Amino acid sequence: MSTTAELLKGAAELFPDEVVTSAHVRHLDLPSGAGRFALITLDNGLDHTKPTTFGPASLANLNAAIDQVEKEAAAGEIVGVGVTGKPFIFAVGADLKGVELLKKHEHALAIGKGGHEVFKRLAGLAVPTFAYYNGAAMGGGVEVGLHCSYRTVSKAIPAFSLPEVFLGLVPGWGGCTLLPNLIGAEKAVSVIIENSLNQNKQLKGRQVFDLGIADALFEGADFLEQSLIWTANVLKGDIEVERPVIDRGEAWDQAVAKGRFIADGKVHGAAPAAYRALDIIAAAKNGDLQQGYDAEDQALADLIMGGELRAGIYAFNLVQKRGKRPAGAPDKSLARPVTKVGVVGAGLMASQLALLFLRRLEVPVVLTDIDQERVDKGVGYVHSEIDKLLGKGRIGQDKANRLKALVTGVLDKAEGFSDADFVIEAVFEEIGVKQQVFAEVEAVAPAHAILATNTSSLSVTEMASKLKNPERVVGFHFFNPVAILPLLEIVRGEQTDDASLATAFAVAKKLKKTAVLVKDAPAFVVNRILTRFMGEIQNVIDEGTPVEVAEKAVEPLGLPMSPLVLLELVGPAIGLHVSETLNRAFPNRFKVSPNLAAVVKAGKRGFYVYDSGKPELDPEVAALLRQGDVVLTEEQVRARVLDAVAQEIGLMLDEGVVAEAQDIDLCLITGAGWPFHLGGITPYLDREGVSERVNGKRFLAPGVASVPA
Amino acid sequence: MPRTVRDVVFVDGVRTPFGKAGPKGIYHETRADDLVVKAIRELLRRNPGLDPKKIDEVAVAATTQIGDQGLTLGRTAGILAGLPTSVPGYSIDRMCAGALTAVTTTAGSIAFGAYDAVIAGGVEHMGRHPMGEGVDPNPRFVSEKLVDESALFMGMTAENLHDRYPQITKLRADEYAVRSQEKAAKAYADGKIQQDLVPISVRRTNPDAGETGWGLVTADEPMRPGTTLENLAGLKTPFRVHGRVTAGNAAGLNDGATASIIASEDFARENGLPVRMRLVSYAFAGVEPEVMGYGPIPATEKALAKAGLGIGDIGLFEINEAFAVQVLAFLDHYGIADDDERVNQYGGAIAFGHPLASSGVRLMTQLARQFEEQPNVRYGLTTMCVGFGMGATVVWENPHFEGDK
Repeated sequence: MSTTAELLKGAAELFPDEVVTSAHVRHLDLPSGAGRFALITLDNGLDHTKPTTFGPASLANLNAAIDQVEKEAAAGEIVGVGVTGKPFIFAVGADLKGVELLKKHEHALAIGKGGHEVFKRLAGLAVPTFAYYNGAAMGGGVEVGLHCSYRTVSKAIPAFSLPEVFLGLVPGWGGCTLLPNLIGAEKAVSVIIENSLNQNKQLKGRQVFDLGIADALFEGADFLEQSLIWTANVLKGDIEVERPVIDRGEAWDQAVAKGRFIADGKVHGAAPAAYRALDIIAAAKNGDLQQGYDAEDQALADLIMGGELRAGIYAFNLVQKRGKRPAGAPDKSLARPVTKVGVVGAGLMASQLALLFLRRLEVPVVLTDIDQERVDKGVGYVHSEIDKLLGKGRIGQDKANRLKALVTGVLDKAEGFSDADFVIEAVFEEIGVKQQVFAEVEAVAPAHAILATNTSSLSVTEMASKLKNPERVVGFHFFNPVAILPLLEIVRGEQTDDASLATAFAVAKKLKKTAVLVKDAPAFVVNRILTRFMGEIQNVIDEGTPVEVAEKAVEPLGLPMSPLVLLELVGPAIGLHVSETLNRAFPNRFKVSPNLAAVVKAGKRGFYVYDSGKPELDPEVAALLRQGDVVLTEEQVRARVLDAVAQEIGLMLDEGVVAEAQDIDLCLITGAGWPFHLGGITPYLDREGVSERVNGKRFLAPGVASVPA
Repeated sequence: MPRTVRDVVFVDGVRTPFGKAGPKGIYHETRADDLVVKAIRELLRRNPGLDPKKIDEVAVAATTQIGDQGLTLGRTAGILAGLPTSVPGYSIDRMCAGALTAVTTTAGSIAFGAYDAVIAGGVEHMGRHPMGEGVDPNPRFVSEKLVDESALFMGMTAENLHDRYPQITKLRADEYAVRSQEKAAKAYADGKIQQDLVPISVRRTNPDAGETGWGLVTADEPMRPGTTLENLAGLKTPFRVHGRVTAGNAAGLNDGATASIIASEDFARENGLPVRMRLVSYAFAGVEPEVMGYGPIPATEKALAKAGLGIGDIGLFEINEAFAVQVLAFLDHYGIADDDERVNQYGGAIAFGHPLASSGVRLMTQLARQFEEQPNVRYGLTTMCVGFGMGATVVWENPHFEGDK
């Protein structure tokens, strides 16, 4: 047995549950008498909903297939070798479940080496090799093709990417090295760094061709036939494949520098993957492939043994799995149909909700408000947004007509809501006002209608308490911008019944939101944690730490924005309001900052001015600040802030605000944009020892979002 | 409104390689609609002068119009092939003469002026849709003796035809079959068949059927070059004990698709499309269903009469070889020798296969090639027998005709 085979056999023993991909070798006669050809089909034997992946046993199968074609090529029995996938799928890369199991650096190293040793054989055969990207190709799937002499791609491909950096890895089976050598550093950085950090953006077939990754582009209907005809023409010399010369001068360094700039903007140096990938891309300039492969092996092994990747995989699974099957949601068969939606209020938030319900549910949506002018404005907003979608070509004229006809506004709630199945309110955040609104709605809406509130801080139970049917009241807490942030906190009041809750979850699914079940507790999940986090930053500033030190203290987390920039986005007045609510509930832990109150009172929209192009403390705000004389270092600030967050999450779990720490993380990822490399936050708190220090225990068992013990 | 009948021409024809029906056949895991879609796409690639927007109809024939051969296949295949949604389509059924009828029906519409250019073809995946799938014959057929029970089984009707013409012996049928295989093998060797084949990618997941994974079909699977009389002599006669019809002197059960472009001659010339054959006449005729294979004779009589031609004017014959006996009955009727070189020059369905509703266009595609090679021939015909006692014949004129040299 070859060393590669031994390496893979050893790795396969660590991963007994691998879904194994076969590498079928089938021979065919190329058209136009171009000769006998061996075509390898990668296929895990399941349908397209279970995409083909590479684990160690799968790599061993591909290795064995290459053994076979290598002999045939050497003996002159075949003129070329192709690789393609099962219907709709080429291959989507390494099997992450296997990566999660790895405990030792040497095993992680073997995964990288194993892939390289197998894939690079495709480049070493005695005959030309061809990859036919027939369907979804990601990560190692893309890379197996990069080792081939030529590539074709289907126009029908929906997803093509090197998503490793998005998860916390590098394209380590040749991607970092081969891609820049094929299409140049600038385009490679765009694919490997920029797309990955841009919410894992996928390429379509046409773009794969335009970027120069594929040499030919064919339509989906007869993609493989046309690819094989093209292959025959290439082999006969009738088609000469020309690729642009790669700029290996200044442009290469500039592309890498640009990549670092993009990475800094997204993860602020807090996650290593993008930087490791850029180091390899930078070194690939000299065209030494083996040197690149070795660097990829090391980077892969280091990252696999690092907490960021484990947190990244954990976060990915939360979003992909837990986000789609919310923990604690009642049986969906209890859900009632929603055929008409009412929205109380016609302000900006209400109008945004109306648009969302309209687009996703495609049922009549009726807005009400206290005067005709507001109602008209709300409906007008929805109409103008529909026109924007039409203008961008996102919807057609028929759909625009349909949606516009579905949205109406009335003053009389009885007229608007008498046949509504779901009514959501987005009126002023004041319990008395909300109670009155629900009382009015209850008087006119059908008995089964769900009454939903978009409150961010008030008690859902209290809001329902004066109703005849409080069991149908549900909290439906969206995050701004409503159209973009996926999270929806679904709040169960004390009297909310299962059918109402099931209906709420069914609606959330149709809205394509990530729904998390939350107990009726002050400020629910995201706002409570963010307020505690921001509050602690505010506290240290109030006590005397300079603003810039407090801000820099949390930079190593790599959050999407600094605390004070976030405050500006939320609005200082709203931040203050939420802190007041939480202060009433938990006065020991949530203070109302006098400095923040002063900033709000002065009517400032934020702490910073941007006259120089970057944020600088507004001198008017600086003049308002009344600070103490306790000056902390960045480390001290960071410890205080993280301790506060760990304590708050611990208490929330004790109170049963959500089922598990996983739900906290899912909320922070989808509602606050907290990054994958933190896993939300609890994997990071565990990794840094904060959980142990504050609560005396970890949030997650070792191995859940970390290297297993 | 005054009308002028317009000349109709056969512009081009292609087909998939034909496969053997059944679990080990090359198309076992390939959909029927995909076969015809790929044939249509190849036609469009070969004829860039035909603006797809100008296609007025897509007529696709299939005998068993359910599943992947259902859903108004002409329409769905057009969409799947990437034709503009403005191009309509429909389905046709005349069993074995489906594609032939797709051509004649649309040709009639072209002559009338309703269409300028159409796609006409057929498909039959006899592996996915075995003969008789889902049929429900009216019991009156038997109770009132409208037809003999054997009429429903094509092999039995072939035995019946042997009964009617005792001079057509099993030996003559076998000799004919051997020649068909020889001619087909030679046509392949001379590259006459491949030029009109569309390569088809095929997936195989069943290791019992051969190498698994994706493959490419570039040749007809049923071919048995080198077949000898001795090989054929020992074959079973599945339709009758001590009968004459065997798997060797009949077409098999097959999968495949064909497609052609039919247009008015003016349209073809204006758009720079080739004119490969000019339609002269066509006719269909019914016969006793028990001797279905007799059908081509009255159909040809009718078609020749309409054209004002005699059998002696026909220089090339493409006769579908559902059964050797049916071809021999035709040849005997017209006093043509079994090995006459005007008949099925490239071999026939006994070698290539006969995926029922697709075959008519294969005959035309081959006749068109023979016209190109033989400008001394003025007229040719394509003819076939049809289930339930019918025959179908189309008479064509060779546009390359240069007079008798």
